Amino acid sequence: MLETQNKIKNIIFQAIDEINLELPKNKQIVKSDNTQLYGSQSPLDSLELVNLIVSIEDNIDSEFDKSITIANEKAMSMKNSPFRDVISLVSFINELLEENE
Amino acid sequence: MNKIILITGTSKGIGRYLCEYYLEKGFTIVGCSRSESSLKNENYTHFCLNVSDEKKVKEMFHTIKKEIGTVDILINNAGIASMNHVLLTPMSTLENIFSTNVFGTYLFLREAAKVMMKKKWGRIINFATVATPLKLEGEAIYASSKAAVKSITEVSSKELAEYGITVNAIGPTPIETDLIRSVPKEKMDALIQRQAIKRLGEFRDVSNVVDFLIQEESDFITGQTIYLGGV
Ligand SMILES: NC(=O)c1ccc[n+]([C@@H]2O[C@H](COP(=O)([O-])OP(=O)(O)OC[C@H]3O[C@@H](n4cnc5c(N)ncnc54)[C@H](OP(=O)(O)O)[C@@H]3O)[C@@H](O)[C@H]2O)c1
Repeated sequence: MLETQNKIKNIIFQAIDEINLELPKNKQIVKSDNTQLYGSQSPLDSLELVNLIVSIEDNIDSEFDKSITIANEKAMSMKNSPFRDVISLVSFINELLEENE
Repeated sequence: MNKIILITGTSKGIGRYLCEYYLEKGFTIVGCSRSESSLKNENYTHFCLNVSDEKKVKEMFHTIKKEIGTVDILINNAGIASMNHVLLTPMSTLENIFSTNVFGTYLFLREAAKVMMKKKWGRIINFATVATPLKLEGEAIYASSKAAVKSITEVSSKELAEYGITVNAIGPTPIETDLIRSVPKEKMDALIQRQAIKRLGEFRDVSNVVDFLIQEESDFITGQTIYLGGV
């Protein structure tokens, strides 16, 4: 259980690394549990968020051998967006993977 | 390296022709349709699925990534038609046509673009129809589903440009396949009279436009719907 969550978190961090490659030094996204991925406080612009999500989906696909759609209806309609920070995205993806069992 | 083309709706008609045409040219082809394909070629892989089944489509891309590697070009050809008066068209016809023509096209576009964006190169070709600009009576649902495809082509071309992906559409005139077999001859003749060039379309008319859109030099052409026959 915890192991899965750590794996997911690493995948998110990997995706942040990929985005950071394209960003200038002073705009690098910090890899932490409470980095905000969405909203006015987020360092990501909307396109970077799109790239991040696609890259996470892709890495989940290869790591877990499962295809999930992170930007699903639930995520978009949830009052507390799963993209509000890294830790909520981890638990959201974890749920999606469990549903996909 | 040889480019990989994904073509939907390859069991017959235009899709089947395009498979054979591009296999001949040395491309690797991945195809799909609800039924099996009789095409046997070491460079051809077939998937049986309904293009509107999101889960199956995602599984297909998962397998492509693992076993074939990538998709360079998507030819979003799978489509169905139906002729009926607006007052007599059942809801199930709407659902079927929109599922295949709009949802299927969209799902393949979305999943293919995710693969293409990593290489910053991709070509997506959707299928429209002259029934939309000609506003053909009896084709309200078919024509409107393809109008949606045209819109998807236009909007996604803007969103995907920064990833080096172009999105265009071909709008064929009638071409003799199963798709138009049930259309009465007088209707067909009248339709052809409305084209600038008055003849049936041929498979090579379609591959000619695809050839043009996928060539390297066409990287500045996107968001366009190219109609055949001068419509
Ligand atoms: N022929 C024309 O006059 C004409 C004119 C304008 C535009 N177009 C467009 O050109 C495209 C190809 O048409 P065509 O004339 O070649 O038609 P066709 O001969 O009827 O072939 C259609 C192909 O699509 C597949 N297909 C249909 N629904 C599908 C689904 N839900 N999931 C997966 N595969 C599906 C069919 O295979 P299965 O049945 O095995 O699934 C078949 O291989 C279509 O988009 C059509 O709208 C054709």
